[in-house]
Amino acid sequence: MITRDDVAHLARLSRLALSDEELDHLAPQLDQIISAVAQVQEVAAEGIPPTSHATGLANVFRDDEPRPCLTPEEALSGAPAVEMQRFKVPRILVEEG
Amino acid sequence: MTVTYDEALTRYEPVFGLETHVELGTRTKMFCGCLTTFGGEPNSQVCPVCLGLPGSLPVVNRTSIEYTVKIGLALNCSIASWCRFARKNYFYPDMPKNFQISQYDEPLCTDGYLDVSVGGEIVRVGIERVHLEEDTGKSLHVGGATGRIHGAEYSLVDYNRAGIPLVEIVTKPVPGTGFLAPEVARAYVTELRDVLRSLDVSDVRMEEGSMRCDVNTSLSVLGSGVWGTRTETKNVNSLRSVERAVRTEIERQAAVLDEGGRVIQETRHFHEDTGATTSGRSKEEAQDYRYFPEPDLVPVAPAAEWVESIRASLPELPSARRARLISSWALTDLEFESMRNAGALDAVEATIAAGASSGDARKWWMGELARRANEAGVEMASLPITPADVARVSALVSAGTLNDRLARQVLDGVLAAEGTPDEVVAKRGLAVVSDDSALLAAIDEAIAANLDVAEKVRSGKVAASGVIVGAVIKATKGKADAARVRDLVLERLS
Amino acid sequence: MGSELVRKTAAELAAAITSGEVSAVEVTQAHLDRITAVDDRVKAFLHVAGDDALAQARAVDGKRARGESLGSLAGVPVAVKDLYATVGMPTTCGSKILEGWVPPYESTVTARLRAADAVLIGKTNMDEFAMGSSTENSGYGPSRNPWDLAKVPGGSSGGSAAAVAAFEAPLALGTDTGGSIRQPAAVCGIVGAKPTYGGSSRYGVVAFASSLDTPGPFGRTVLDAALLHQAMSGHDPMDATSIDAAVPPVVEAARHGDVAGMTIGIVTEFAGDGYQAGVMSRFAEAVELLQALGAKVTEVSCPHFKYALPAYYLIAPSEVSSNLARFDGMRYGLRTGHGSAEEIMAQSRAAGFGAEAKRRIMLGTYALSSGYYDAYYGKAQQVRTLIIRDFEAAFEQVDVLISPPTPTTAFDIGERADDPMAMYLADLCTIPSNLAGNAALSVPIGLAPENGLPVGLQVMAPPLADDRLYRVAAAVEKAFTDRWGHPLLDEAKGL
Repeated sequence: MITRDDVAHLARLSRLALSDEELDHLAPQLDQIISAVAQVQEVAAEGIPPTSHATGLANVFRDDEPRPCLTPEEALSGAPAVEMQRFKVPRILVEEG
Repeated sequence: MTVTYDEALTRYEPVFGLETHVELGTRTKMFCGCLTTFGGEPNSQVCPVCLGLPGSLPVVNRTSIEYTVKIGLALNCSIASWCRFARKNYFYPDMPKNFQISQYDEPLCTDGYLDVSVGGEIVRVGIERVHLEEDTGKSLHVGGATGRIHGAEYSLVDYNRAGIPLVEIVTKPVPGTGFLAPEVARAYVTELRDVLRSLDVSDVRMEEGSMRCDVNTSLSVLGSGVWGTRTETKNVNSLRSVERAVRTEIERQAAVLDEGGRVIQETRHFHEDTGATTSGRSKEEAQDYRYFPEPDLVPVAPAAEWVESIRASLPELPSARRARLISSWALTDLEFESMRNAGALDAVEATIAAGASSGDARKWWMGELARRANEAGVEMASLPITPADVARVSALVSAGTLNDRLARQVLDGVLAAEGTPDEVVAKRGLAVVSDDSALLAAIDEAIAANLDVAEKVRSGKVAASGVIVGAVIKATKGKADAARVRDLVLERLS
Repeated sequence: MGSELVRKTAAELAAAITSGEVSAVEVTQAHLDRITAVDDRVKAFLHVAGDDALAQARAVDGKRARGESLGSLAGVPVAVKDLYATVGMPTTCGSKILEGWVPPYESTVTARLRAADAVLIGKTNMDEFAMGSSTENSGYGPSRNPWDLAKVPGGSSGGSAAAVAAFEAPLALGTDTGGSIRQPAAVCGIVGAKPTYGGSSRYGVVAFASSLDTPGPFGRTVLDAALLHQAMSGHDPMDATSIDAAVPPVVEAARHGDVAGMTIGIVTEFAGDGYQAGVMSRFAEAVELLQALGAKVTEVSCPHFKYALPAYYLIAPSEVSSNLARFDGMRYGLRTGHGSAEEIMAQSRAAGFGAEAKRRIMLGTYALSSGYYDAYYGKAQQVRTLIIRDFEAAFEQVDVLISPPTPTTAFDIGERADDPMAMYLADLCTIPSNLAGNAALSVPIGLAPENGLPVGLQVMAPPLADDRLYRVAAAVEKAFTDRWGHPLLDEAKGL
């Protein structure tokens, strides 16, 4: 059972500024979906290893050799704002280390 | 209420730990072929992968794995036979994907140690893990007073650094160091830096940011056996700051605890100018990074043969070198440490290899040349004189061509770029006068000028000959070998 | 003349252009004209390459004129799902958050098609970031099924499927993460394949669920799909999950459809409630046909397949919640709102993403949260192992498995749009192959009697046995086409 407050919390964690109407609409849907997917817990899986990669590949590497990169113009080409050849972003509130 | 360090240590036992991030010196980035060179134009060393453009995919740089295994082996760790990368999810503008590819519960190296020497005692610092991750971009914060985030109007982000391979080395908590905690912390970082340099996997310059330390500190009430809450201190940018940060946190936490308060689990920021730490981000609500195995990368399973070949290629590590030199040079721990701190080890070894005796090599480098380096404010290694030069000077002294005084003048000449030792000797005419007849002439003159002293010597007061000898040395401008002059004087006056 | 050209297969067009019988420009122009004539109703395309496509075609004609050898898809128009990064063409992923974004780099798959001298004729509509089964989650409105414009063309690669079914292009690229090629192919009456995971490069394909996403082909015939499958596939050093092995001989298999002596397993679990009668009756006929053609058909139980849907709806949203985090308005895409970086990120994402994207992002965030990880994401990964084992056990008994690709024919636009659980059911039969990474395709087997809408047959093969799919599909296609006397699409009356 997931509450509307839980969903609001998930929205904040996911950086989604949902409106109240959206929360009203999405919360019960999420609750329904989560109840349905919880079905996986019925499966007896003692000692079953999880699969994160289906191919069974391992040790795929590249050599430490340079490859062509983008020009600064190409790199910045989609940017909403640019200054001094850098991506201009709004003021950051919380310092991350 | 402040508490002095000494007072704090009477009531509390410090426990510290260090997390060190090291930028690896690979040519290209962790997951793409962009160059890692420092100082390029902003956003000139980026590609779809390190910019995290939609649709881009990472591919692991083999050399970064090799270097990390090297580091793990040098730190006596176990190397994982199979491990994966994981996504560490959080939003921040210097992270192009808003997740960092890192390692979570499957680090490449675990459970090692590094022995450090402090005041002649060995402390074993446990290593919890060594893992690999990608570095973030760099932000310039514009508009605030200090260039830091607080008060800034906006930020400008350069992603050249994003994706550079970063190794994270985490110690186990280090208890039981008491008073010496700050020194041990500093010694650990110093030794770690030296180990990394000897492996040639990073240029480890703390000032340039290729080696960054976070210091964790907590206090335990003396005798309680219960460890306290720990804080994390960031922005520790030099060896000295490591020591100061531990010391400051011990004092601060002791003051809090003395007043009956509780230490808050948080991240603190170290200030170089004041040596104080200030509160940064509260870690009360520990951030949930929602780690899961990186689906775009397949597992890394270093083959045992590969690991062994890396082990075989390890250079002599600082601790082994230390043991070897202390033994072969018959040094005390303190003597070794002062040589190591002076940066003289390489030069001395090379001078010995060029033919000098170990005693002579050490004497010249730790004496005259150390003094000159200090005066000039430079590292010994950057003095304009080679170990071969020093070995040559030493050889000339052994052969009697130079005495110590003349030898110092020859060193002057080499440092002043007048040429090789032999060239300086020739140009300045610095060879010892070894011709007895020239000496006898000077001796006779000196005797004639000091008849009363000569009489004393003849009557048995041998020590008085020093005056005559001194006069001869002066007359020959220091080019006479003092011992030979003395012998001749005594012969003359017998 | 133009209208005849658009009815030709890719194989026929490539041969005609290579021999000089017709020019690449004529072929491209014919298809552009067809797009102009019908796409205002089909709404398959988000971007039509127009002059750029003609320039590509002219280049092919130029190569031919100079006597240079031409690639396997010379002059063949290919419609590209808007999930692939294409230099010079916008790539929106069906989302408002990337409206107008033109990538500065090209996906490996589209680069390979260009190298094969194909003409990339435009970018097709899709469910936003490949999440959906109808294209109703597109930020630009849904596409329409050419069989009946009031019905969905399936999804998420619905635009590509519709384009091929409407004769706007003989070939199209899609991606299949939970069925997003096979299900649209089935409901549009065309062929669509999901190669073995890792068999085609994901570099430049915007990620939805990284461990499941598989770029794949659409065509009106089995041979056409095989030609595209071949041209687009193969190892890519830029994709660490791509398989370093030769592309299975799919074209060869498509030319020699034959099931005599093959053992074929019907997945027991893919029948019953929720399966439309016409879908099941056509399936039964296909089974009879296969037996008549000499295959031995049995039933095989895959007991954990019933957990595939919930496992998928944990794994995929978890991966996508992380993959979509980069869309924050800082480096590209929509930036809107006021305040700090954190506030603008949240407002931009709320404005740019649609409801399904938001649901899945939050679902994924939930499933990966500490405290929930083991019970949800972790458990789903274990279920995934059990599904892989079910397949392995099955393939020890049979060469291929078959089932309906989806329980129903095309549903009405609007019918399930705001009912996520109902929408998810469309993927019931396709999801297990994505979880296991093996190869699967859908080939048309007729129309449902109750509504005259297309029904497909899903064929599943072990990883790297993609050729078996085409061998079976080619046999089925030939036999049914002979029986009908004409290609199935001749009966499409929607346009």
